[in-house]
Amino acid sequence: MDFKLSSEHEMVRKMVADFAAKEVAPTIAEWDRKQEMAPDILPKMAEQGLLGICVPVKYGGQGMDYISLGIASEELEYVDTSLRVVLSVHTGLCCLTLLQWGTDEQKKEFLPPIASGELIGGGAFSEPNAGSDFAAIRMTARRDGDDFILNGEKMWISLSTKADMAIVTTRSQLDKEKEHEGLTTFLVDLHSKGVTTGDIHGKLGVRAGSTGWIAMQDVRVPARNMIGEEGEGFKITMSAFDNGRYTVAAGATGLVHASLDASVAYAKERETFGRPIMAHQLVQAKIAKMHLDYEIARLLYLKAGWMKNEGLRNTLETSRAKQFATYASYEAATEAVQIHGGYGFSDEYPVERFLRNSKGAVIYEGSNEIQTLIQAGYALGSRRDKPLRCELPAYDEETWLAEA
Amino acid sequence: MNIVVCVKQTVDTAATISVEQGTVSWGDTPLVLNPWDEFAVEEGLRLREAHGGKVTALTVGPESATEALRSALAMGADAAVRVDDSSLEGADSLVVSAVLAAALEKMGDVDLALFGREAVDSNSGVLQAQVARRLGWASLPLVAAITAIDGDGRAIEVERMLGEGRQRVKATLPAALSVVKEINEPRYASFMGIRKASRVDVPVWTSAELSMDQVDPGVSWLAPEAAADVEVACEFIDVDDVGEAAHALVQRLREEKVL
Repeated sequence: MDFKLSSEHEMVRKMVADFAAKEVAPTIAEWDRKQEMAPDILPKMAEQGLLGICVPVKYGGQGMDYISLGIASEELEYVDTSLRVVLSVHTGLCCLTLLQWGTDEQKKEFLPPIASGELIGGGAFSEPNAGSDFAAIRMTARRDGDDFILNGEKMWISLSTKADMAIVTTRSQLDKEKEHEGLTTFLVDLHSKGVTTGDIHGKLGVRAGSTGWIAMQDVRVPARNMIGEEGEGFKITMSAFDNGRYTVAAGATGLVHASLDASVAYAKERETFGRPIMAHQLVQAKIAKMHLDYEIARLLYLKAGWMKNEGLRNTLETSRAKQFATYASYEAATEAVQIHGGYGFSDEYPVERFLRNSKGAVIYEGSNEIQTLIQAGYALGSRRDKPLRCELPAYDEETWLAEA
Repeated sequence: MNIVVCVKQTVDTAATISVEQGTVSWGDTPLVLNPWDEFAVEEGLRLREAHGGKVTALTVGPESATEALRSALAMGADAAVRVDDSSLEGADSLVVSAVLAAALEKMGDVDLALFGREAVDSNSGVLQAQVARRLGWASLPLVAAITAIDGDGRAIEVERMLGEGRQRVKATLPAALSVVKEINEPRYASFMGIRKASRVDVPVWTSAELSMDQVDPGVSWLAPEAAADVEVACEFIDVDDVGEAAHALVQRLREEKVL
C-alpha cells in the first residue's frame, strides 16, 4: 500500500494552487461581495486545461486521472468554493456523465467542445419541488418524431446562466408504477428556443459563483441527444452524483485546509493576556481538530479517487468522503471565525466567507442526511450495488493519452 | 535556436528559516525552483515558440535539484541535465560558473544561456556574468526585453533594466543573459508538461566528466548564527506641526542618548 502521492500529482497540486492564488485570490472577496462570478474565471480555467482535466485526450481533455480531479478540486476550493463548483458541474456532472454513459458517436461529437472548455457544461437535476426526493421530478420529455419536447423547471443549477450545454434528467414515461422509473436523461443545448435561465441572488454563500434556474417551455431536443436508454435516467443521475459528489468531498477538504491555515496564521500573530493566542489551550484544541479533520478528509477522498481509477464502484466511499469533509469544513470554518474573534465576523478576513460557503455543501450534491441513509443501507445490507450497464471507465494511461 | 536555461533549486521564500547549532533549517517546507529562474525559463520558451529550436534546463546540484528541473520541464522545456555537485564542497558562484561553463561546452552549439537575475538564497547575482566571461561569450545581465534576435546573423538586441532607466545593447551570439521580472509573465505548468516532467529520466553528469580545471571557491561560509530576538517598542510622536514634531523627536533622541 503506497500512501505517497506521485510526483505528477504533486505537480498538479502545485500548479492549481499557484493558479488559484495568483488568478483568483487577490480579487475574490470583492466578487463575493458583488454576488457575481468574475467573467475571466471560466476562460482562464479552460485555458489552463482544468475543465477537461480527467477526460481522455482524444475527447478533448487533458488525460489526467481521477485523483488529479480531486486534487484540483481541493486546491481550487482552498481559494474559493465557486471555483471548485465549476469543476463539479462542468467536469463532474457533465463531462463524466458523457464519458460513462455516452455512445462512441456521442462521445466523439459532444465531449471535445465541452472538455476543451470551448463550451461550458452543467448538470440540471433538482427542481423547485424535488431535491432529495429526486424521483419526484416533474420536468417532462414527450416524444415528437425524431425529437423530444421538454417542459419544466430546474432549480439550484450551478452555471445555469453561463453554461452552453447541460445534462438534464426528465420524465419521459408517465405510465410507470414506480416514480423513479420512466426518467430519461438528455444533453440539452441551452441556447435552444424555449430555454430561459436566471441567476439566484441572496445566497448565504458561494456568492462569487453562479447559481440559478433553467426553465424549459416546449424545448426541442433531438433523440440522438438522449444519454443512455429511455428509462435509465434515475441510474444515470445517481452515477452523475457519484462524480459531482467526489469533487465536493475533495473541495471541502481544501476548505478545511484553508480554515486551518487562516487559524494558525492568526493564532501566531494575535495576542491576548500577554501572549499569542496559540499559547492558549482552547485555541490549540480547535486547531488540532481542524488539523486532524483535514487529514481524515484527505484520506477519504483520495481513496474514492483511487477506486475510480481502478474502475471500482465507489458510491459508499464517495458518500463517506462528501459527508465527512463537508461537516468538517462547516465546523472548521466556524471555529476559524471563533479563533479570529470579532475580526472573524468581518469580511476583512476570509473566514466568514469560508463559513458561509461551507454551509452549501452540507445541503447540496446529496444532503448529508441522504448520505447517512445511503451509508445505513450499505451497513445494514439493504443496499447492494448492482452492476451498471455503463460503469465509469477505469483510468488507463495509454487509453487516456491516445490521440485517436 | 539552442537555448539552455541555468536553474537552481532554492529554499521557498515563504519558509520560516531558523538556525540550530550553526545549521540553517527551513523545516519541511519543500524546496522550489528559484523564483527568478521562472522568468528565464519562460523567456526561453517564448524564444522557442517564435524562432523554433530547443530549450534545455541545466542545474548543478544534488539529486533533489532534479525537482527544479522537473518544474522547468513542466512549464515546457524540452530536456534537462543535472550536474551532480557532491564533489563540489562549499561551491560558490566562482566554482559553479566553471562547472556550468564546462557543461555548456560539452553540450555544444548553444546559442543562448539564460539565467534568473540571482538565486534567492545566495543572492550573488554574478553567476551569469562569470559564466559568460569563462566562455568568452557576450554578457548581458539584467535584461528586461529581448528586442531582436537573429540566429543566422548571430546578433541579439536587448533592453537592460538599470536604476536610471533602460539601456539598449547590441551583442553577438552566443550570449549569456540574466533576466529581470519585467521581461515576461511566467506561465503555469501545463498538464502535458507535468506528465512529461514526471516521466523523464534526467541525465546526470559528474564534474569529473566535464573537462575543467580545479577551481577553488573564493567565498567560504562561516557558521551562521541566528539574529538575536530584539524587543521593539514603537513610540509615536503625535504632534501636528512638522517643526514642533522635529523638535520633539530630537528631544527624545537626546533623552535616549542616541544623539
